Parts: sequence; C-alpha cells; structure tokens
Amino acid sequence: MAGNIAAGPLSGIRPALPLLAPAYLWLTLAIFLPLSAMAFFSFMTDLPLSGKDWSFTIRNYAAFFSSGLYVTLLWSSLRLGLEVTLWCALIGFPAAYVLAKVLKGRSREAIFLLVILPFWSNGLVRIFSWAMVLREGGILDVVLNAILPFKISVDLMYSYPAVIIGLVHSYVPYMVLTCYLTLQAIDDSLIEAARSLGASRLQVLRRLIIPLAMPGLIAGAVLIFVPVVGSFMEPRILGGRTGTFYGTVIEDQFVAVFNWPLGAALSFILLAVVLVILAAASPVLRRAT
Amino acid sequence: MTRLIATLTATTVFASILVFAAQADEVHVLNWKGYGADEPWAVEAFEKATGNKVVNDFFNSEQEMLTKLRTNPGLYDVVMINAAFNDQAMSEKLIQPIDLSKIPNAADISPDKASSPMLNHDGKAYGVPWVWGLTALAINDKSFDTPPASISVMWDEARKGRVVIRDDAVEAIQFGAIATGQNINDIKDMDAVKAKLTSLMPQIRTFWSSENDWNQMVASNQIDVGTYWSGSADRAKTQFKLPVSLVIPQEGSVAWLDAFSIPVGSKNVAGAEAFINYMIDPKFYVEWVTKVGAPVSANEKAVAALPEESFNRKVMGDPEVAKRIQFQAPITDEQREKYLALWQELKVNVK
Repeated sequence: MAGNIAAGPLSGIRPALPLLAPAYLWLTLAIFLPLSAMAFFSFMTDLPLSGKDWSFTIRNYAAFFSSGLYVTLLWSSLRLGLEVTLWCALIGFPAAYVLAKVLKGRSREAIFLLVILPFWSNGLVRIFSWAMVLREGGILDVVLNAILPFKISVDLMYSYPAVIIGLVHSYVPYMVLTCYLTLQAIDDSLIEAARSLGASRLQVLRRLIIPLAMPGLIAGAVLIFVPVVGSFMEPRILGGRTGTFYGTVIEDQFVAVFNWPLGAALSFILLAVVLVILAAASPVLRRAT
Repeated sequence: MTRLIATLTATTVFASILVFAAQADEVHVLNWKGYGADEPWAVEAFEKATGNKVVNDFFNSEQEMLTKLRTNPGLYDVVMINAAFNDQAMSEKLIQPIDLSKIPNAADISPDKASSPMLNHDGKAYGVPWVWGLTALAINDKSFDTPPASISVMWDEARKGRVVIRDDAVEAIQFGAIATGQNINDIKDMDAVKAKLTSLMPQIRTFWSSENDWNQMVASNQIDVGTYWSGSADRAKTQFKLPVSLVIPQEGSVAWLDAFSIPVGSKNVAGAEAFINYMIDPKFYVEWVTKVGAPVSANEKAVAALPEESFNRKVMGDPEVAKRIQFQAPITDEQREKYLALWQELKVNVK
C-alpha cells in the first residue's frame, strides 16, 4: 500500500497529463496571466498604455492606509459578506435538508430545478427585477396593500436591506447545493439509530446532522463570502446612497477615473484580507470538516 | 499541433486582410452611446449621401475615450471630445488640426464657440463645435405646481429622499460650487462646497449614472428633482414622453461644449470631414431634435431652423440664461483626483 502511494505520483502523472493539461493551460491563460498583469499594474504610477511616463511605486498601496476611507469601506464590505452568508445559511440549510431527506423522486427533481433556476438568468436581470419589486408602488407594495386590511408603505428600494435581499437571492443556491451534497451522504440509518436511542429531533439536528453536514456549510459559506465582499453590481443598483462599498470604489477606479493602478492595488489588498481571514479561520474549519 | 498553428495563422491572416480591405471607405466614430452619431436614420442618410460606411464605437467616460485613442492609433477617424478635454488630447498628440475649409457648415458656427480657446491652439482648430448644453436641474412635473426657481429646492426638507445627483465627482463638486456662489473653474472655498454637499447627502435617494436610471425613476414616480443634462431632459420629454422639465436655477448652472476632432493617423480624413459636416448640418439637427431630443447646436443656422417655441431656441437662446451659465474649463489630473477623494468621502460618510 505504502509503495503504491509512493509510486503513485510519479507513475500516475504521465498518463494523467493529457487529461490535466487543457484545464491547467486554460487556468494559466485565463487567470494567472491577467492576475499577474494586474499585480504588475498595482505597483505603477501610471498605465504604460496611457503614453505617459511611468515608474514603480508603492503609492497605490499606501493610499489604502493614508485615510480612514478605504478601511471603513472594507470593514462595511466584510460585514455585508458575513450578513449575507448568515442569511444564506439560515435559508439554504433547511431547504437543502428537505431536498435531501424529505422529498423523493419527481417532487425532489422539481424543487431542485427551482433552486438552480436563478443560475439560468442573467444577474443584471435579476437585480432589476428586484428593483421593480422593492420600490414604493412596486409589486411588493401593491400586493401587501391588496391583502392587508390596513395601509402600509413598503419602500425598501435604495437601502441596505435591499442590497442584502438582492445578494442573498443571488447566492443562496450555492448554499443549498453544497449542503444538499453533504446531507444526502448522511446515512439514514444513523438518524434512525439516534432516534431509537432516545435523542430528540433537536438533539439529532444539533449533534448529528449539523456536524456531519459541516463541510457543505463551510464550502457554501466560503463560496458566498468571498464574492460578496467584492460585490459592486447589487450595492450600486439596489443600495442607492447607502450603496457605496469596497467593490463599488474599485469599480470606480477602473471605470470612472481610469486609475487602474490604484484599482488593482485595492483589489489585491482585498484579496490579501480575504486570504488572511480564511487562513485565520482554517484551524476551526479543519476541525469542523 | 502544427496543423492547429497553421489553421490559426491562416485565420489571423485572413481576418486581418478582411479588416484591411474593409477599411477603405469606413468612418470610425468614437462617441457616447445614444448621442446622435449612432442614430440609425442618420447613419443611413450619411452613408447614402457619401458612400462611406459608419462604424460606431463608444466610451463611458472621458478617461476611457482618451485611453481608446492612445491604445488604438489609426483606428478612429472621428472622435467626439468635450471641449474641456480637447487641450489634453492635443498636447498628447492624439488629435490633428482640422482644415475647416473642407467642412462647409463650419462657417455657420457661432463665432464665440468656433473661436473658443479650448478648441484652438496656435491658430489651428483642433475641434469643430457640435452641440452645447447644461448640467442643470430637471423636475418631475407631477411633483411641482410651479417649477422652482432656485437651486435650494434640492435642500428642501419636503423633498427629502426624493432628490438625485449624478455619481460623478467633477459634476458634484461643480454643482456645489454653484450652490455656494463660486466660479466652477476656480473654486476658492472648498470647505464651503464640502459643507454644502454634506448637507445635501441626507436628501439624496440615489446616485444616478445613466439617462436610463433617471428616466426610470421619474417613470415610477420615485423622485421630484435632480441634476440632469439639458439634452437628456429634452430626450426624456420628446422620445420617452415623460413628465420631465429642465430648470435653469437663478444661481446658474454648468455648461459644456462638445466638439468633433480628427485623431492623429486617421485613414479616412476626407470621410471624417464629411461626417463632421453632416453632424453640424441643420437638416440633421432638426431631425435629431424632433425625433429624439438633443442639446443645443453650435451651428446658428441649425438652431434658427427649429420652431420658434422650441426649448433649445427659446430658453437656451435667451440672453438672460447666457448670463447665468458657466462653461467648464479644463481640469488637471491632480484636481480630478482631489475631487474624487472628496466625493468618495462624502459618499462613505453618508452611511
């Protein structure tokens, strides 16, 4: 067995090469090269293609620390990421449980389809549909007032809750899918055994199901947290005047003022902070998985 | 692998031949999207009249426009540049002098615009004035019985949460300068501007970035008043039939001048001249205003061809209005970065 493993990497890599090469070539081309170009830009005073003189500098990174502005923004983006992840877990986990353990056959397929349906529509379309629902005189407002006996005014548009709603909607399928996979792998007889030994439903959930499903929950949380911290489209469209986040400021640097070096530096600081957070959390994560 | 490379090379060569062959009579135009030069009826009429084919490309900010010129030398034949950026484009050698004798309609451009120091350097014209307009206020007609006269309506407590401003640092700071009675091109008291804009923030519903944002918010009756471009307000009324009116407040407003230039290395200068001539032609302008809505033409004959009661002739041509407006002058990169830092600070502190 030991010999097998030792020989494995060497003898195994050659036949695997034709299978691996396309993916790695593609990753090198599509991710590594642009990313290293951006890393290069982030140390420049100006883009070489602007025709102006340029030199190397760390000014762009210093800009992050020179005022409290970017730190405040980064902090509010991290908070946004945590909140969205939490809501996704609260909404997604029960749904995944029902999918994996309660529903069977066709009804499961149908519900599963509904969960991944959002992936089939364009992100921008989804956000603009939320804009129609959330605004004053929008769909939610009209429907609630038609049902409820008293008059209320629902105007969530251009607010922090609107950003949360839009982001949770976009990312909850990730949580459902990752949790579904781990929940499905839990042997039903384990649950039956726990029940027959006198564990209450809550105890089964707390001591059996959640610990066993933890890898899925964590994978989902990482998949959601990382992109949400850098999100810019949802905050910009749904957030109104409260919609300025770290991601929107990076977007401004690229699109509005064409200061690519600063935008790139801000992006790498975000990347570093996210990596530090994941690294700091990794002992906890490893224990859980 | 060799065959793959051969195929790829063949494809590339073939594609570049295609591009080269097609370039002969093409006029490549760089402009904002939906800003006159890409109107299908106009492109069709121009192509029919001159035999040139128009290829439109677009930019989303002046910085992007300059970058596209720098990175694609020789690609564009006509570029639309805000006069405040003409100087920068010229000094970077991105645009070339224009022979106005080849553009017959240029003779009808109002003398003050044609001779603008922003477009003329060393006695040579680097830009042909096309249209000018204002960044003023526009109101939702449903929310006002009588249009407001003063810029202070933006700070009116009764309008709280129903005010919008564009998400643009330079525009916002210059708007603040007007509200505090300062010269937009020489802001002496930046603290006053900052204080004034800080007190505006709680009023704001959202920051708009495109015409579409603004029009949708009026269509769904979510806003009362906001900063808007004069041409866009006209389009909202004419093309989209929205209850929008432009207000030029008594405190004044920011004016800008848009001009056409010919980039250095243009492969079809004759086509470019013909296109510019067509763009400043009264016939095109009247059709643009009637069908779509547009800013004010720099061509006096074109404005005179509008109906007497039309907004662009009556209000924008009013000498009283002319006294109140301030034309944007060039801004240095340092100023722009300073404005952006201030604007971002204001936006972050609002939370």
